Amino acid sequence: MNTQSNAVPESPLDPQGFAPAALSATRPMYWSVRRELWENRSIYIAPLVAAAVYMFGFLISLIWLPRSMRALAALDPAHQRIELAMPYAHAGMLITVTAFIVGIFYCLDALHGERRDRSILFWKSLPVSDLTTVLSKASIPLVVLPLLVFAITVPLQLLMRLLSTVVLLMSGVGTATPWGPPLFEMQLVSLYGLTVLVLWHAPIYMWLLLVSGWARRATFLWAVLPPLAIAAVEYIAFHTSYIGSLLQDRLFGFAAAAFDLKDKAGVPVDGHFIPLTQLAPGRFLSSPSLWLGLVFAALCLAAAVRLRRYREPL
Amino acid sequence: MTVVEARGLRKAFGTTIALDGVNLRVDEGRILGLIGPNGAGKSTALNAILGLTLYQGELRVLGRDPWTERDQLMRDVCFISDVAVLPRWMRVSQALDYVAGVHPRFDRAKAEGFLAKTDIRPASKIRELSKGMVTQLHLALVMAIDAKLLVLDEPTLGLDLLYRKQFYDSLLNDYFDRSRTIIVTTHQVEDVQHVLTDLMFINRGRIVLDCSMEEFESRYLEVTVHPEHVAAARALRPIHERQTLGRSILLFDHVANQKLDRQQLAGLGDVRTPSIADLFVAMLASTPGSSPGNHAGATQGAAR
Repeated sequence: MNTQSNAVPESPLDPQGFAPAALSATRPMYWSVRRELWENRSIYIAPLVAAAVYMFGFLISLIWLPRSMRALAALDPAHQRIELAMPYAHAGMLITVTAFIVGIFYCLDALHGERRDRSILFWKSLPVSDLTTVLSKASIPLVVLPLLVFAITVPLQLLMRLLSTVVLLMSGVGTATPWGPPLFEMQLVSLYGLTVLVLWHAPIYMWLLLVSGWARRATFLWAVLPPLAIAAVEYIAFHTSYIGSLLQDRLFGFAAAAFDLKDKAGVPVDGHFIPLTQLAPGRFLSSPSLWLGLVFAALCLAAAVRLRRYREPL
Repeated sequence: MTVVEARGLRKAFGTTIALDGVNLRVDEGRILGLIGPNGAGKSTALNAILGLTLYQGELRVLGRDPWTERDQLMRDVCFISDVAVLPRWMRVSQALDYVAGVHPRFDRAKAEGFLAKTDIRPASKIRELSKGMVTQLHLALVMAIDAKLLVLDEPTLGLDLLYRKQFYDSLLNDYFDRSRTIIVTTHQVEDVQHVLTDLMFINRGRIVLDCSMEEFESRYLEVTVHPEHVAAARALRPIHERQTLGRSILLFDHVANQKLDRQQLAGLGDVRTPSIADLFVAMLASTPGSSPGNHAGATQGAAR
């Protein structure tokens, strides 16, 4: 009775009793990620600029929109849909590729820059573990950039559809066509595509992160030349190119692994508009390539965490 | 309470031995000056204490192993390692936000109070601040943290006299109390002479002097000898002699020569307590390039 009467009023009145433990785990992580965004503003500026550039081109192309819509009417519905989806797909691709490049360069510098400018001593003077620091840096390409791509692409595509509608209304062509490619379906497919892409590329990002923590200088060369050298030696010595095709597969293989690129009739699916029916999550999740890649990524990440403990200013 | 305890601390970089079996003990409420020539092992010792470098031997800081528990240790330990370490791209307000975000013992209002007394604007980037202002900012951040141990590695390097004076003044007036401990290394020995409670000389990875400032003051005497008494003074086995403006200045060590008494020395010339810098020169500069055994009385008497 006594213990109960003590315990009951305390818990609602004193939520801090639990909060610090929970907070202390997530707060340093949250602030470390924010810190990365303060330092590397290109993480969000570059995709936004890509979106703005695409929008600029799209605005100019609106001049020809009524004419091309009339020409579209002659095509069959399947081709019409692909033609209509093309600008939206291109917008998404441009932003995704931009984010990929930003992620590459971010990772190459993430654990190198703090040693170069000696600020690592300041970061290490604060109660933030090496694990939290490296995880916060890994979360930029693995979580923040994909979410940003999605958050930029969706409104951009919506804006493009709205502008097309206005232009077509004014020219009297009709309004249905810009909404032809199903909005919701396209967003779902792009969400799936971004998830697949980041899982597939995770080993690349984590390898770069490890190199940035390990190399004293020329992180790009250290990251790129050894795999290329191994592939070259293999080709010269054995006239085979397993390593070469492995590298190529790691860059581009996600599409074949995660989508059925031929429909039921065996006809190749156009990449500009992939319907929901062509997603192959089961096959993707059961592909050994994916899991081997993720194991490699985890090993690189663990090594980077371990390595940071030994790192000093350059 | 013992804040830092090291036994047989060793660290080698290749063939260079940075720490050669250092024994060290720092108690709560002390301000220890770790003084030594370049490359003596001061920074290595501090880095080991801060968990920044791997070492051999036994080391506990606030009861923790600094190498494996750095992040927990840093809740109770602060350090200013070099004025250059604050990230240059950061804004002052961001530095406050970040430290407030990750440090459970940071009092933001206190830091802002310290900054309000300076010319530092919250919107400024750190790269826009002068070297002295960067140190002021770092000190403001550190003083607002309720830590048990503060480690300063050349905190005032490259600062002018005013900033240096201000740095130690605010440290003593606004920060230090008997529950905190400070370890400082510096080459500007004259700045800290009246700040320290304990003094340690380190040379070639070994501690060559370890005493409190009270001991220092009672143990070492410096006599500006009248010319006619020079021979008599030399007979009392001074540990060091130097010439200034034609006068001989002799440094005596009570522990090495128990028979000395102040009265007797006063008869030979003007007696005063030497500065840390004078003792440093006497003990370390006189043994260039060889093992510190030439002035056996000084070094062996001091190494305990």
